Amino acid sequence: MSSSSSTLTATGAAPVFYDNGDHHPEGSTLLGFWMYLMSDCLIFAVLFATFAVLGRSYAAGPSGADLFDLPLVAVNTGLLLFSSITYGFAMIAMQHGKVKHLLAWLAVTGLFGLGFLSIELFEFSHLIHEGAGPQRSAFLSSFFTLVGTHGLHVTFGILWLVTLMFQVRKLGLTFENKRRLVCLSMFWHFLDVVWIGVFTFVYLMGVL
Amino acid sequence: MNMNLSESIFGRLNWEAIPYHEPILVATFAGVVLGGLAVLALLTKMRLWGPLWRDWICSIDHKKIGIMYMVLGIVMLLRGFADAIMMRMHQAVAFGANEGFLPPHHYDQVFTAHGVIMIFFVAMPLVTGLMNYLVPLQIGARDVAFPFLNNFSFWMTTGGAVLVMMSLFIGEFAKTGWLAYPPLSGLLASPDVGVDYYIWALQVAGVGTTLSGINLIATILKMRAPGMKLMNMPVFTWTALVTNVLIVATFPILGATLALLTGDRYLGTNFFTNDLGGNPMLYVNLIWIWGHPEVYILVLPVFGVFSEVVSTFSGKRLFGYASMVYATCVIGVLSYLVWLHHFFTMGSGASVNSFFGITTMIISIPTGAKIFNWLFTMYRGRIRFEVPMLWTVGFMVTFVIGGMTGVMLAVPAADFVLHNSLFLIAHFHNVIIGGVVFGIFAGINYWFPKAFGYKLDDFWGRVSFWFWLVGFWVAFTPLYVLGLMGVTRRMSHFDDPSLQIWFQIAAVGAGLVAIGIAAFLVQLVVSYLRREQLRDLTGDPWNARTLEWSTASPPPDYNFAFTPVVHDTDAWHDMKQRGARRPTGGFKPIHMPKNTAAGFVIAMLATAMGFALVWHMWLPAALAFAAMVIAAIVHTFNYDRDFHIPADEVTRSEDARTRALAAA
Repeated sequence: MSSSSSTLTATGAAPVFYDNGDHHPEGSTLLGFWMYLMSDCLIFAVLFATFAVLGRSYAAGPSGADLFDLPLVAVNTGLLLFSSITYGFAMIAMQHGKVKHLLAWLAVTGLFGLGFLSIELFEFSHLIHEGAGPQRSAFLSSFFTLVGTHGLHVTFGILWLVTLMFQVRKLGLTFENKRRLVCLSMFWHFLDVVWIGVFTFVYLMGVL
Repeated sequence: MNMNLSESIFGRLNWEAIPYHEPILVATFAGVVLGGLAVLALLTKMRLWGPLWRDWICSIDHKKIGIMYMVLGIVMLLRGFADAIMMRMHQAVAFGANEGFLPPHHYDQVFTAHGVIMIFFVAMPLVTGLMNYLVPLQIGARDVAFPFLNNFSFWMTTGGAVLVMMSLFIGEFAKTGWLAYPPLSGLLASPDVGVDYYIWALQVAGVGTTLSGINLIATILKMRAPGMKLMNMPVFTWTALVTNVLIVATFPILGATLALLTGDRYLGTNFFTNDLGGNPMLYVNLIWIWGHPEVYILVLPVFGVFSEVVSTFSGKRLFGYASMVYATCVIGVLSYLVWLHHFFTMGSGASVNSFFGITTMIISIPTGAKIFNWLFTMYRGRIRFEVPMLWTVGFMVTFVIGGMTGVMLAVPAADFVLHNSLFLIAHFHNVIIGGVVFGIFAGINYWFPKAFGYKLDDFWGRVSFWFWLVGFWVAFTPLYVLGLMGVTRRMSHFDDPSLQIWFQIAAVGAGLVAIGIAAFLVQLVVSYLRREQLRDLTGDPWNARTLEWSTASPPPDYNFAFTPVVHDTDAWHDMKQRGARRPTGGFKPIHMPKNTAAGFVIAMLATAMGFALVWHMWLPAALAFAAMVIAAIVHTFNYDRDFHIPADEVTRSEDARTRALAAA
């Protein structure tokens, strides 16, 4: 039992049937988190499909062309895309082990996220005041649900981000904290990708 | 806004919600309370609260969680079967002037609850329990990839089951059928709490199922013993892999679809309503995009069980291992391309129906290949007809017939006649009982000695098998006949007296199945009482072939003192053939995850939130939600999640095994 699994391929030698205790499975967290993201992606797929089916069912109510304020949504898109870049800067700071820079970039990312949410909430309340709430038509039901679900994800992302900032401040760049930062990074970029879909299919194609 | 405080706390919950005017429910409630009190008293008397909390509720050991899943599934089987036998008895008498003993609104709840419970809270926990227990052992791992998440998943599943059970005594359950099609499940047709119980029970349980799917995929892909390539994995692990891919790829769809229905019921949206642009057929499509893969989620793991059982009890390597793996993967893919066959009558047109009819028929090809693989494994094998093998042979005969009636239903023209008839009911019970249930019993009988260290009693196992098999056919053959005569499902009363005899025969069949279930429970008790005679000291009572049999029964917390090194498919068989020597010294400390209460706490908060939302108790719901988020965040501040089992403790338990092996 002296050698480990490397003797597997050795011919002639007696086969080794038990590892000598050095075998440690590699971490599965990033793979697991990818799978979670893909399952989340399916939730968005359902909401996109629902929007595709119901997105023109206006029920004699307003359409996207009547309602959407594209310049505002463009600003919002910009905020979210910039937040992805700043998260990228945070990750670079993490690679270099610079905790202060990391925290600063995370804070900027969180502020961009908050700005995005504020504009979204402003847009929603404006629509509801105009009588174009989610109850008005199937189009508006699917619009509010798709965009709102994305917004909820951003909200939880910010909550997570703040939690992580506390944890990094408290314990520094430990193995666990780095892993968590990578997971949140994937989550944050994933939300960006989904938003590009929302911006294109809901807003841009909606005003056509 | 004139919403006062009591309304925001209690919502629409009041004393009217307690069904004290329903004698059946009152009697059941009394039974549950008395039984519950007896269990609580027993736990207190035997001072088991501490061990129960520490060693089970907070346990992140995949073996204990697996056993808890099995217990949940068996308990819920009793509830689901109680619904079944009530329906059979009711339909056997509800003819002409006789109204039967279940009023229509109650009957509708019974058939809905039966379907929901049997799929989500019997078949799913039993299948998940087997996978949880076996996959790490079969691949030579010490636990799953995310042990805490595993505990959380289990308690979420249980939380869903708790919500369904609560609906029995507080309020009511859905009266819509097990998939709750709108507009019937919409607010206009179902203003009561039944559909809300349905929605929140499935949402809570569904989160658990999705996470457990992710967990097992990561486990299988990342934690296999050195040398075990994908094409060396035991077939059960392969089917578990494909099943969990299906789980992760479908349960989010179920969750999102139910969330849209929730929007219609709680927020006044118009996804599935009949006015303001809603489209009920969208729901039917979405729910079956989850629902069809779901039946393969249930049946693929038991195909894995049968593969292990056939190979072990024929004393041969499984015939056509590679074709079995490919057939499993093909079924996994095809299961996504057939959902529309559940509603050919929707009117999609001939070409769409043809496409889905053909894809459905194609599924029978890989499934047929599997049947032939099992037959060829038995061919010229030294077959031992132990109880697991009986279930397997019973399955092969029963399932093939169920599969053939499925191909009949796949022909759109035939489906227009048979749609929603008792023929359909007979078909899917034919595959689910003949496939999933038989497979689970085969699995329980096969792996019980691994989990508990003694075999199950043979005689009562045989009694259970024969009553189930004969009972199944007596109960469901009449339903095929009735279906061909055009009798539709979900009827609580009939006028034509010539039909009655068939329902009476079916009721007799249900009675036989009841004896089969009772015999299974007797089997458990008798085996426990005779455990010293049935004891297995070798850890390998069946002379089996896969790695779980290489360790002690029950396995130690760490599963394997030294991780096995794999050279071949059927690794344990290979080790036995080539005289692998189990190491008896030089043990090292083993790194293991720590138990935690966090999963239980968060899952129970989620359950409480579900209950509050059912009853529109907005304040408690908000509090439960906030508590859930806080508990989750607090849990992330716990960095102290693992420990080492000291080497001398490992040595002690391994020495005990050495002595046991010498004595065996």
